[in-house]
Amino acid sequence: MTLQRTAPLVLLTVAALSMTACAQSERDSGGTGGGSSDVKDTFTFGAAGAPKLFDPLYATDGETFRVTRQIHSGLLGVKPGTADIQPELAESWEPSQDGLSWTFKLRQGVKFSDGEPFNAEAVCYNMERMFDQKGAGQQAAEYWTYFFGSFKDDPSNSLYKSCEAKDDSTAVINITRTTSSFPTILSLDSFSMQSPKALKDGDANNVKAQGDGFTYPAYAMNPVGIGPYKLQKYDEANKTVTLVANDTYYGDKPKTKTIVFKIIPDESTRRQELQAGSIDGYDLPNPVDWKGLKDAGNKVEVRPAFNVLYMGLNPEHNPKLKDLKVRQALMYALNREQMVKSQLPEGATVASQFMPEAVSGYNKELQPYPYDPEKAKQLLKEAGAEGMTLQFAFPTEVSRPYMPDPQKIHAAFVKDLEAVGIKVQAVSKPWNGGYLDDVNNGNYDAWLLGWTGDYNAADNFLGTFFSNLKQNDFHTSVMPWGKTLSDDLKKADAIVDESARDTAYQDINKRIAEEYLPGLPISHSPPALVTSGKVEGLVASPLTAETFDTVTVGK
Amino acid sequence: MARFIIRRLLQMVGVVFVLSLLVFLWLRSLPGGTVSAILGERATPETRAALSKAFGLDQPVWVQYLKFLGRAAHGDFGVSTGVLPGSDAFQIFLSRFPATIELSVAALVIAVVVAIPLGYVSARRANSPLDSSLVVVSLIGVAVPVFFLAFILKYQLAVEHHVFPVSGRQDNLGCTRVTNFFVLDGLLTREFDCSASALKHLVLPSVALATIPFAVIYRITRASVLEVLGEDYVRTAESKGLTARVVRGRHVLRNALLPVVTTIGLQTGGLLAGAVLTEKVFNWGGIGNALAVAFERRDYAVLQVLILAAAGTYVVINLLVDISYAIIDPRVRTR
Repeated sequence: MTLQRTAPLVLLTVAALSMTACAQSERDSGGTGGGSSDVKDTFTFGAAGAPKLFDPLYATDGETFRVTRQIHSGLLGVKPGTADIQPELAESWEPSQDGLSWTFKLRQGVKFSDGEPFNAEAVCYNMERMFDQKGAGQQAAEYWTYFFGSFKDDPSNSLYKSCEAKDDSTAVINITRTTSSFPTILSLDSFSMQSPKALKDGDANNVKAQGDGFTYPAYAMNPVGIGPYKLQKYDEANKTVTLVANDTYYGDKPKTKTIVFKIIPDESTRRQELQAGSIDGYDLPNPVDWKGLKDAGNKVEVRPAFNVLYMGLNPEHNPKLKDLKVRQALMYALNREQMVKSQLPEGATVASQFMPEAVSGYNKELQPYPYDPEKAKQLLKEAGAEGMTLQFAFPTEVSRPYMPDPQKIHAAFVKDLEAVGIKVQAVSKPWNGGYLDDVNNGNYDAWLLGWTGDYNAADNFLGTFFSNLKQNDFHTSVMPWGKTLSDDLKKADAIVDESARDTAYQDINKRIAEEYLPGLPISHSPPALVTSGKVEGLVASPLTAETFDTVTVGK
Repeated sequence: MARFIIRRLLQMVGVVFVLSLLVFLWLRSLPGGTVSAILGERATPETRAALSKAFGLDQPVWVQYLKFLGRAAHGDFGVSTGVLPGSDAFQIFLSRFPATIELSVAALVIAVVVAIPLGYVSARRANSPLDSSLVVVSLIGVAVPVFFLAFILKYQLAVEHHVFPVSGRQDNLGCTRVTNFFVLDGLLTREFDCSASALKHLVLPSVALATIPFAVIYRITRASVLEVLGEDYVRTAESKGLTARVVRGRHVLRNALLPVVTTIGLQTGGLLAGAVLTEKVFNWGGIGNALAVAFERRDYAVLQVLILAAAGTYVVINLLVDISYAIIDPRVRTR
């Protein structure tokens, strides 16, 4: 009896002991470096989601880029606090006469974090690597598809043509057409430079479709780039990412040695962690909390708005919307001033066009349509559309920087529209649960959506919305001016001279607002991030692309 | 006994199989999906179609299901697209499940260790002021939703007064991972500060989660002890001249514990469900947390594995309860 009872216990003990023998501590025993005593050696940031991987070529979301940005650099960078480009790994660049061939002078003496040299050959290796994605890699390299069109095995639609290493510090990149986006897009995180040796050794392109997902090579979790930091550990089980200073970095040494990203999906928990002092900052605090956070001694860093919220209109789904008068009537009917004041954070503005002021090509002379319900009623009458029905959709289960609470914004507009006699059919769907599909498939008369710019180019806003005549959410192909708009946008994008290009876009912006009105631009809303009062040196970026190497945290 | 267990295991396979079909169909009948979740505002009909094709989502559902079954038969439950893209979905379950178990076990231990002695004392001193106040406390334990209590505890003891950490499972100490049971890992690798940190993080969520099983176990113990105390054999044992210790230990407690064990078993299933809610409040990296992220990002493979594994676990726990019941009460076995 006693044996029977104790046997399992003995077994368990033996098992535990044998495991003890196996389990080896893998912890670095390195001490916590001295450093000056008035600042901490760790900056802890509360991230809303987990990074997906660390090879930025295959990354698509903000939480992933937030991490990769600290450990990678591109040929071009972004000037802190602005949306403007500045030299990074390339010190200067220059186009050929026809704008199709770009010569990049590279920074010298730069090394990847594995000690490999950065030179023109490495640049061309990276460009070719991105261009030569195959199979599932092409789907995974979503940003390349989006910005460069296509890949080596079918280059018909590709912006990228070839790359030559003239000498160690001179790389020439040839493109197939002129566009305002090049070379600006080289500042995007996805197109960062990575160590050719590590890419080769790690079989970095080995993305495979398996079942209903992709598998990535181990390299994607352990990349080698050039940045103020390098990846130390992604502790998936404890939901933390730890970065440490990269000793081989060419630039200034980071002010804080270690960065820790703590993944905390719930916003109120992030706020409490900040309050308790266990994190030093987090992104996108709810505008409702801004005041409370400031009163508690924190810093709310408001970024310049680099987005637009719009009400999309589909004239194919509701033919009444083909009439400019009807679309203008909707514009006059909306009390955007009131909505911006009550729903959006301070610093938000009513939009006069489909892009924010910081983008080159913005037309300063355009005024937003005023709120004028009488005029709206009159226009509807003239168009014979009194009492028209409008199906108007909003997304649920989502909050975007340009639209913190879609439901409330929608509710305010429904009231405005009903006030001028429009019958509104309200529709809603979860963001990932069919809303975006329905917008793409043209299932709504009107809907709320927006866009946050990737870089400073009008094409990144207007081109995204209206350039593709065959397929765009606004269905401009059914409008008589749809083709003109699309053609003019493409022409403007190809203009090499900057000031001539800006003038062309200003003119297009005016026509969009006054003659076409394919949708209704609503507002620009500044997103914020919040840090504790002890954090210094963080520069808020309109692109939400902050690097943390200048940050210090007081004790 | 063996036959009983085998029959139950076969039933379990059936349950999981039917559930797999339901979950698979349900996920794919939801509007939107993986592709939207990945592409966001950037989606166009072209990119959408290309990605759907790459993921095999353009095929008829039954083809997808058969392929899924074929792969699952080889132990391949698919690849994550959202939680940790590229990772094996079952690996994600294995790395997250220990967190949920750790939390549930801690809660259960707290509940049992506190509730049984208190229940016994209450019954011995039935209707005393101590008994009455304990009954009220247990009522509150049942009535207050776990997440509410969790929130209050967190706010008072972590946010306002920094006695315990606000959320998470461990400080960022660079601990070595072996089993992903953080407390155990620290002991195994002799990184004792890691165990200590994990324990400290465990206190608030497990106390919050313990309230419901505590209240139930307490009340069952009290009622059961009261009932046994009135039994003839207890009086017989006392009048036979047995010491109070022997009577209480061998006759009262042992008989009274039978229904308590059943209750504990039944509570375990509920505990897992409660753990999911508690995980959200304390940002605890377990199953509940992974489920939420997987749903938000429409990560089909991970959702399928998590739901099926949770169901399987529930069935296994029920089986264990039945077995333990048979061990404690010989009458069940012979029947």
